[in-house]
Amino acid sequence: MNRPTPRTPSQHQDPKPSPLHPTPYSLHPRLTDHRIIGIQYLTLALVSVVIGTLLSLLMRIHLVWPAWPLWLHGPILPEDYLALVTIHGTIMLFFVLTTAPQAGFSNLILPAQIGARHMAFPVLNAASFWLTAVALLTLLSSTFVPGGSAISGWTAYPPLSAVPSAGPGQGLGMDLWLISIALFAIASTASSINTLTTIIRNRCPGMTWERLPLTVWGWFTAALVSIIAFSVLLAAILLLLCDRHAHTSFFLPTGDLVNNVLHKGGDGTPLLWLHLFWFFGHPEVYIAILPGLGLTSMLLANFSHRKVFAYRTMIVTTLLIGFLGILLWGHHMFVAGLNPFASSAFSISTMAIALPASAKVLSWLATIWRSRPQYTTAMLFALGFVSLFITGGLTGPILAQPILDEYLHNTFFVVAHFHLIMAMAGVFALYAGTYYWFPLITATSNHPGRLLSEPLGRLHFWCTLIGAYAVFLPMHLTGLAGEPRHYAQLTGIPGPGGALSPTGLLLAHTLPLNRFITYAAIFLATAQLVFLFNLFRSLRKGPFATSNPWQATTLEWHPALNPFTLLPASDTSEVTVHRAPCHYSSTGLGDAFVPQWVQHTVVQPTIEDTTNAKPE
Amino acid sequence: MWLPADASAHGPALDHHLLLNLWIALALLAVAHLILLLGLLARRHPAQKNLWRIEYLPLALLAILFATLTIKAERLWAATRYTGASLTALQVEVTGVQFAWYFRYPGLDATFGITRPQLVAPGEGNPLGIDATDPHSADDEVTSELVLPTNREVDLRLNAQDVIHGFSIPELRLKQNAVPGQTIHIHFTPTTPGTYAILCTQLCGLGHYRMNATLRILPPEQFALWLASKQKAATP
Repeated sequence: MNRPTPRTPSQHQDPKPSPLHPTPYSLHPRLTDHRIIGIQYLTLALVSVVIGTLLSLLMRIHLVWPAWPLWLHGPILPEDYLALVTIHGTIMLFFVLTTAPQAGFSNLILPAQIGARHMAFPVLNAASFWLTAVALLTLLSSTFVPGGSAISGWTAYPPLSAVPSAGPGQGLGMDLWLISIALFAIASTASSINTLTTIIRNRCPGMTWERLPLTVWGWFTAALVSIIAFSVLLAAILLLLCDRHAHTSFFLPTGDLVNNVLHKGGDGTPLLWLHLFWFFGHPEVYIAILPGLGLTSMLLANFSHRKVFAYRTMIVTTLLIGFLGILLWGHHMFVAGLNPFASSAFSISTMAIALPASAKVLSWLATIWRSRPQYTTAMLFALGFVSLFITGGLTGPILAQPILDEYLHNTFFVVAHFHLIMAMAGVFALYAGTYYWFPLITATSNHPGRLLSEPLGRLHFWCTLIGAYAVFLPMHLTGLAGEPRHYAQLTGIPGPGGALSPTGLLLAHTLPLNRFITYAAIFLATAQLVFLFNLFRSLRKGPFATSNPWQATTLEWHPALNPFTLLPASDTSEVTVHRAPCHYSSTGLGDAFVPQWVQHTVVQPTIEDTTNAKPE
Repeated sequence: MWLPADASAHGPALDHHLLLNLWIALALLAVAHLILLLGLLARRHPAQKNLWRIEYLPLALLAILFATLTIKAERLWAATRYTGASLTALQVEVTGVQFAWYFRYPGLDATFGITRPQLVAPGEGNPLGIDATDPHSADDEVTSELVLPTNREVDLRLNAQDVIHGFSIPELRLKQNAVPGQTIHIHFTPTTPGTYAILCTQLCGLGHYRMNATLRILPPEQFALWLASKQKAATP
């Protein structure tokens, strides 16, 4: 080997008997196989996203047709609506947008992308998954306890969340919510330690830090941030559980009188929870989007047959977004009762994060500029990610200004902002990853991986893009008109006198647009059936893919790391990295690409047909 | 336009800044998408190389833009929040309770009587738990609608009895949470007479959506009449 390499990972020195038995533990190897764990995480996220989407549809329908009775339930009561809000937010943020990119795809793809055979801690990895599954069941089970699920939103501000008398769902339902999120926090922390250790220790020879794909940098940064954020969340939840059951007063002030129950204990403050929660909560949204940022860079380069523009700057901005993401939690608290000087400081740190985010957008635009890319479905979703990230991102600096937040805080303008940039962009990254990596998800030792249908994929993309904009762009307008979040009802809100109140008049203005949003939401959700159909059909009948169907340059497409042609671990010494990813070049004869693992820069002509492979 | 009418002294400047921001965001959105589409439609061309021109120069321009907006916003924020109300401002206390807003005027002695949570009894006409043994309590006036005069600064002291509530008057471009155990002051000057909505904008329980009150802004002489009638009714 003629170039400096990072420290040689231990697995290359002590070959294991077989890749199917990678651990010395007595657990069944299938339980601790990182690919299977990855698929389990993705399945859990898929189940969660179906539930979360159905809940959001119920909310949308209830807002514009309040009398519509739910089958087997009856009319949706205000407390039902708030439970829907709470479970929708919790399930989507934790069990979809955190789980799928950061645990699902990282388990499936990360080891191969760094040339490793498995994750650093296989048993811990399996334990994290099962803990996450228990957390999900705990959360869902809260629907069936007396009082139902918690109604305090995913932010669970005390005293509403600290005192059972504050409302239905704030008794056992709230306890189950707290336990569920505590379990999730433990699982995420463990999973992040696993991810970090794997990236630091298990890189193959030649995989220097600068040659790491940007997806790996995304997972790395998100894992670092996860450890910091989730440990604080866990502590905050334990304090809140103590307030609820051990008569402590971390978040409860003396003399707090909730529904005839007087708090006589010590003098705490609800603002402490807001600080602790948002110290977790804001980094959390970056955890959800960082892997997507990295994947988008890599996919745009892959399908444009270009290098990622300003690769090193992209590494630095990924780390900067993670770092700044920890310093701006206070922008959720501009109107919460902070010192106004603190709001000014948080406003500046929030504005600062617009710069690394803009740098990413500039790099994406420069990468695809005049490249005549190949419009695969994965590429379309990556382009859609760019569009949504720009649209959702541009309202960020508006909300970062305290004086404007004083009007826009907790209106639908905020809902539109974070749904576009976090939820929709995040989901687009997940779709891009699914279409792109489907051959690696479906490959087994018996047959090569399959491809999702591209025509169905294109239909799915266009419907989803139009649906996403149709749902969330009008929300900016209803927010500007003053529509607040978390309102179980928009029509006929009575005032203290009984007649229609000025509030009712204010909200009535937004109703026509809200009806449109509901129709658009039903369209958006229906369009996802195309994906589900494509998914289940392609799992069984999808065409087989070649070992590198997208002419990718990253290691997950190395034939020796493909489950179908997997070589024994003793032969892994041949997985060596020779260059940075995205080595595409234009020659007189056309485009050429050189994967990271190819030693000699012999130009490989690009292959046009990507689906001609049969099981060898 | 989509914004509701504006009835406060600080509102027009806020609206102006908000619209400036929205137009800038819209322009950047259009430019970015135009570059995206043109880049996709144009013929293939060798990859871009000039890091400074493509990455750092636009970034520097954006940095200047965002810094300008931040400074402008900070000045508006400082003007409304860095200093307290003037000493002649009208004092009104606002208390958020699941699921109603109560307003208390201090009366002729200009001092609010002490409240105790043990004394709270909405059924007996004492929703705030005012201590009748405190001499300052006698002329305190508690109402369920907020009535304010035009063109006089108002100093609101926000409290919450049970959980966090969000005191919001969209038409005055005003929003501030009321936090239990804490008194938070905000000050502003109403300008346009009329009837406006007061909302709760922080999720506070199942009745959150119907926690609202009415704000009536009156010309000063009508406000004086209203206040006098309230005080006459209170004194036997």
